Amino acid sequence: MEYVDGNALGGTFLELFGIELTVATVICGGCGNTGEVATMRVYLGGPGAVARCPKCDNVLMKIVRSETRTWLDLSGLRTLEIRH
Amino acid sequence: VAGTAVLGRLTWQIADVVDTIDETPRVRTIVVDAPAWPGHRAGQHLDVRLTAEDGYRAERSYSIASPPGEPVAITVEVLEDGEVSPYLGQELREGDQLELRGPIGGYFVWDPPQGGPLLLVGGGSGIVPLMAMLRLRAREAEGIDARLLYSSRSLEDVIYRDELDRLAAMGVDVVHTLTRAQPPGWNGYARRVDQQLLEEVAFPAEQSALAFVCGPTSFVETVADGLVALGYPPERVKTERFGPTGGR
Repeated sequence: MEYVDGNALGGTFLELFGIELTVATVICGGCGNTGEVATMRVYLGGPGAVARCPKCDNVLMKIVRSETRTWLDLSGLRTLEIRH
Repeated sequence: VAGTAVLGRLTWQIADVVDTIDETPRVRTIVVDAPAWPGHRAGQHLDVRLTAEDGYRAERSYSIASPPGEPVAITVEVLEDGEVSPYLGQELREGDQLELRGPIGGYFVWDPPQGGPLLLVGGGSGIVPLMAMLRLRAREAEGIDARLLYSSRSLEDVIYRDELDRLAAMGVDVVHTLTRAQPPGWNGYARRVDQQLLEEVAFPAEQSALAFVCGPTSFVETVADGLVALGYPPERVKTERFGPTGGR
């Protein structure tokens, strides 16, 4: 299945958190790979978005949105470092 | 970032379409006046939202084609089975309104202080954010070497063709490859970008070029892997994939 970059979730993050999260550093909970959120592999085909580690394919984030709620699963990532 | 600027980006805003430019038979540039626009950097994108009469909404991301400080312009390729692009590319007229949000992204961006040499590699409408960078360079940083490798299906599909010719006359190395059809007498590249082509066109790794690659996912994959194989450090190869067909 074709994927896009983490950059594609920038608008969603901006709306949810009010910051430019695509340049934050994410550490993968699976393999420890370190990289910018923009470098995640994002699959948009399903009911939500799934972001995977570009190195080991571990699921880092799952985002499902409806008109009234946003559900965010971050259990696959170790840390997210945001620079001010 | 000032609070008002953040709010401006967070909120959907109404912009007025002030101009449309047909770039190719399937590609159109839309210039908007967005009063609450907080300014953008070369390479960023924005989200467009369309709302149908029954309330159904569709959102898509489009790269910004204009350089910082100029009216916001996006360039849209019409996808035959697209939900949003046929409206933007065929129906939208000057004077219409558009709902948008942005600018978005801090990774696939170039500011002159980042320097160069700049290696820009685009496939199809992947040229759009690269054009914002070339326009910015032409205005403010002509001393920075820039080379564009641009893959199109045919000469008629080359977006910004005249402007690219002018940039080439002003010192940008512009290298086209036409993958499906070539005009009579064409002596440029006539195949998909492969390792050998990259080796011939890319700055040698010793020059520490900064590379930006944008296009369909498979195109970006080939180019990014190829540049790393040529010795480019992965962190000097910035990528923006837009899916199988340019689904933006």
